Amino acid sequence: MSTEQTGGREGRQIRCLVAKVGLDGHDRGAHVIARAFRDAGFEVIYSGLHRSPDEVVQAAVQEDVDVLGISILSGAHNTLVPKIMDGLREYSAFEDTLVLVGGIIPDDDKATLEEEGVAEIFGPGASMSEMIEYVRESAPERR
Amino acid sequence: MTDGGDDGSADGGESQSADGGSDSEVDRLVGGVLDGEHRALARTITNIENRAPGYRDLVARLHPHTGSADVVGITGSPGAGKSTLVDKLARTYRDRGLTVGVIAIDPASPFTGGAVLGDRIRMASNVGDMDVFFRSMSARGTLGGLSTATTDAVTALDAFGKDEIIVETVGAGQNEIDIVRTADTVAVLVPPGSGDDVQMLKAGILEIADLFVVNKADLEGADRTVQELTEMLRMGDGSPTAGHHGPDATAGRGGGNDSADGRSDNDTGGDEGDSGGVSDGHEWEPRIVETVANTGEGIDEFVAALEDHREYLVATGERERQARQRYAAEVRTLLREDVHQLLAEEIETRGGIEAAVDRILARETDPYSVADEVIAPVAERVRERRDEE
Repeated sequence: MSTEQTGGREGRQIRCLVAKVGLDGHDRGAHVIARAFRDAGFEVIYSGLHRSPDEVVQAAVQEDVDVLGISILSGAHNTLVPKIMDGLREYSAFEDTLVLVGGIIPDDDKATLEEEGVAEIFGPGASMSEMIEYVRESAPERR
Repeated sequence: MTDGGDDGSADGGESQSADGGSDSEVDRLVGGVLDGEHRALARTITNIENRAPGYRDLVARLHPHTGSADVVGITGSPGAGKSTLVDKLARTYRDRGLTVGVIAIDPASPFTGGAVLGDRIRMASNVGDMDVFFRSMSARGTLGGLSTATTDAVTALDAFGKDEIIVETVGAGQNEIDIVRTADTVAVLVPPGSGDDVQMLKAGILEIADLFVVNKADLEGADRTVQELTEMLRMGDGSPTAGHHGPDATAGRGGGNDSADGRSDNDTGGDEGDSGGVSDGHEWEPRIVETVANTGEGIDEFVAALEDHREYLVATGERERQARQRYAAEVRTLLREDVHQLLAEEIETRGGIEAAVDRILARETDPYSVADEVIAPVAERVRERRDEE
């Protein structure tokens, strides 16, 4: 109960969806991030493994998350991420969802993803506290 | 009875939202929810959860459009299989052409307010089906807020036009019991073979259950759990007729005895038949259903039992009685919260609670006098106004 994010009558809590998309069974990173976000006072919805872009969109729309963190280690980001972005647009959730990508993204692809609307890309070695700070600062701007 | 127009021009009387929300936003959301826009529904529930400015107006304007959904509450200890059962239940409803809304409530950390809401993972049978609207909520530590927020979220789903609404929560305490009370029918899940759950049942959940679901009925100890529950139901009901009206009352109701028993090869089946159904058309006796949510075994029986209970509610007028009770409780809760807020403001303008505590510690005053000082002027004004009218 130490921050303004909890307990207040009109307190807004940051909600995040941590999503694993596609044929990628490596979810240790997603788990670590889910826990860190939880401990930072966020509400975290974890999608589970092997989600299709449609499923991720469905979850992001219904849960009305502030932040969608896509964890992707399979290399299929250029195919899957744009599909998710299109889905968010379809349900007019694109404007007010902060989309982050975590994983191994080659430099050449980063610009492409950012053009698609990804706000930030976190690669290996990204600091957890920086990421949390980034979410705290960036999420409210979107509303 | 506003009809969801997106025109943004509320009529004069309503143009000033009581809690300061922007009217056009409320108009847009009300219109969107009534038009079946998923995004509007999602944002409405967010505003309800956050008690965002305008949320009261929003819920108030959705209320006239509610009353058609059936609400099922599902509770049980962690790991009992609630989410998996909810998934299968939602699938069954979808197969019958009904739309479904799910509210899944998970605990939040009392220290950081953070939460991992994991129930969505189990919704494997309904992924990609937008007609199952699944929403995770965390049990945030607001005073009396969770049951209010749940009730309001059910209102939103109902107004959206969902046929079936499922509220799922970990059954651990009073808070959770309050939540499932927003449901017409309450199912309590009991996994086999653990004394702990029998303990849980003692703590008041026994009274709220319309149905007991012995999930994971393929595990060892399931039969015994069914027996224990049957025993407990008989003992729990002090009336001399307990457990003896089943066969008569369920005759001709199709789905009486058989549906009480998820597995036909079960040798306790005969006993359980007694505990199901309507007795003399007056009192509902909690029924026991066995399921294996993982494989879907027993789900049809579960759905049949839910339907029987619903029929009972309607036939006996119990449904209306429940609704009356629920609304009365809701009004009381709102009044309590509003007055609490008003008095918190009042004490703040009088120097704050800390200053009052200082004086109490110094033995200059006492808690009763402080409370009287704060409430007296408020009470006085209220009585004056009452006399004027």
